[in-house]
Amino acid sequence: MQQLLDGFATALTPTHLLFAAIGVLLGTAIGVLPGIGPAMAVALLLPITYGMEPTGAFIMFAGIYYGGMFGGSTTSILLNTPGESAAVVTAIEGNPMARRGRGAQALAAAAIGHFTGGIIGTLLIVLLAPFVAKHAVDIGAPDFFAIMVLAFIAVTSVLGSSRVRGVASLLIGLTIGLVGLDEMTGQQRLTFGSLHLADGIDVVVVAVALFAVGEALWVAAHLRRKAFSPIPVGRPWLSRADLRRTWKPWLRGPVIGFPFGAIPAGGAEIPTFLSYVTEKRLSSNKDEWGKGAIEGVAGPESTASASAAGTLVTMLTLGLPTTATAAVMLAAFQQYGIQPGPLLFQRESGLVWALIASLFIGLTLLLVLNLPLAPLWAKLLRIPRPYLYAGILFFASVGAYAVNADVFDLLVMFVIGLLGLAMRRYGLPILPAIIGVILGPAAEQQMRRALQLSDGSLTGLVNTPLSIAVYVVILVILFFPLVKRVAGRRTPPTPLPEREKVDA
Amino acid sequence: MNAWLKERSELGVCAVLLVLGVLVLTDALRIPTDFAQRGPVGPKAVPIVVGTLLLIVAVLLARDVLRGGRGEAEGGEDIDLTAPADLRTVLLLCGAFLANAALIGVVGFPISGAVLFWGAAYALGSRSLVRDAWIAAGLSIATFLVFNNLLGVPLPGGPLMEVF
Repeated sequence: MQQLLDGFATALTPTHLLFAAIGVLLGTAIGVLPGIGPAMAVALLLPITYGMEPTGAFIMFAGIYYGGMFGGSTTSILLNTPGESAAVVTAIEGNPMARRGRGAQALAAAAIGHFTGGIIGTLLIVLLAPFVAKHAVDIGAPDFFAIMVLAFIAVTSVLGSSRVRGVASLLIGLTIGLVGLDEMTGQQRLTFGSLHLADGIDVVVVAVALFAVGEALWVAAHLRRKAFSPIPVGRPWLSRADLRRTWKPWLRGPVIGFPFGAIPAGGAEIPTFLSYVTEKRLSSNKDEWGKGAIEGVAGPESTASASAAGTLVTMLTLGLPTTATAAVMLAAFQQYGIQPGPLLFQRESGLVWALIASLFIGLTLLLVLNLPLAPLWAKLLRIPRPYLYAGILFFASVGAYAVNADVFDLLVMFVIGLLGLAMRRYGLPILPAIIGVILGPAAEQQMRRALQLSDGSLTGLVNTPLSIAVYVVILVILFFPLVKRVAGRRTPPTPLPEREKVDA
Repeated sequence: MNAWLKERSELGVCAVLLVLGVLVLTDALRIPTDFAQRGPVGPKAVPIVVGTLLLIVAVLLARDVLRGGRGEAEGGEDIDLTAPADLRTVLLLCGAFLANAALIGVVGFPISGAVLFWGAAYALGSRSLVRDAWIAAGLSIATFLVFNNLLGVPLPGGPLMEVF
């Protein structure tokens, strides 16, 4: 508790407040802007870590993360084109609401849903994270390796429609992660004698290449020539009747969102969908669904925001990113030489608690700033696309060059950017690749450390209860599709795991 | 034959995976392990696993494609998948990008960055050339000042900045 108060003291200094405000405004703008998601936004901003102290940088990144989710719902509602995967579900009810002239109410339901979900989620971080961190201190190399393998398997199996394409993407990421000197023996791997490659390929370069360059090239190949016309909207507000319908979905959201955010199951996609289904089932006026039911906006938005909080718990306490944005934030930690994980709460407790405090501040700022600013944000949708994507390429180049002031990095980024283009064209998901780049080297370290302790015997990987439990979960995930095939066609198509009651 | 290949262009992805796999494996086998090895598992193990898996996935993906499986192209707000891929735009963008890489050491970032932005905007269909040039110059110089002078991240100023 005292630590949280200290965190507030750090986060409430004028400079840090300013960073939080810049973060949420930038995040919202980015969420609203088509084509840029929060992962790309944080990736493009990584270069500022070279010139900024870590606390301020992370306060800003956290603001961008929440703000980006927040802004994504605006495009969902006003354009019917979700900017973020988290906002896909919002479009189903939000856009019909806007078309029926209830856009202001939809935006308000989304904004307050975000605030509620985020605050509850962040409270859960305060309660759970130190607890998890305390217990995670005891877990050893075999456990870490098992958890990382779980992350690899989950990210390739749960996400996307094609498992083989997910695995291909993961392997591409692992290969990129292999480049450089082996950390334990100093042997060169995949460097081909190049001094530039001996240090490995900088994570910033990879992240910016995959998220920004690949995306810009892919959009360029299929740029929509005819612009959308967003539905005009006034200042968001809610009537008493709306409030009566929305407060329960707002409170139910975190129950679904938080646990899903914390496990490597692809972030907000599954929980927002689950929240939608739940709200639809619980709703008393079912005939309104599909034509603009406000519960279908309130629930999923609160869920999305809480899942972002859940993601932060796993990232901060275990060093395990479960979404693309968290993966890029992890890269930012590594830039500062800080390793998120169980020890983070001991070694960097000032930074962590300031970050958590700034989440509360950021959410409040989001609500206060964005309710009145909504009509302005809607105007951002009209930005000329050539400038938008030219700007993305421009800042991507600045970022990659600034890493080492080396043209070679620009060329590496170009090649990986082309790879990102091909991956988008052929349906290879991006998330497994970035997880592979970031977690691959760490997983190898943990595995080799575990095997060193056991003197090379493979039992060294499974000699703790936790690691065995994790491998069981992995086996279940791996064989789940097989079981489904054998169990036959009678089972309903979406038997999602029963995780709702995990919440504290 | 041409149409057959075009329909199955995803086989190109398999080829890339295959090449990557071979590359990773040959590189791994070349690593000497007799000295400097700490612990039972050396620097070779993981590359060998990754390389082998790359080869396996390349084959599995090829099988999937030949059986009619297709990767789903990624959608987005500004993406119109009904139109065919616009190669000219992509090539022009690549040109603008590489121009920046080639020029940055010679003329400095303020100029090369402006060339990149202007070229990319042109490639993406902007035709107000003069306005674009002003925006490009303004953005480039502002970015240079923010990074170089405010954030302390050095960017090459080039001859233009030496004048001041």
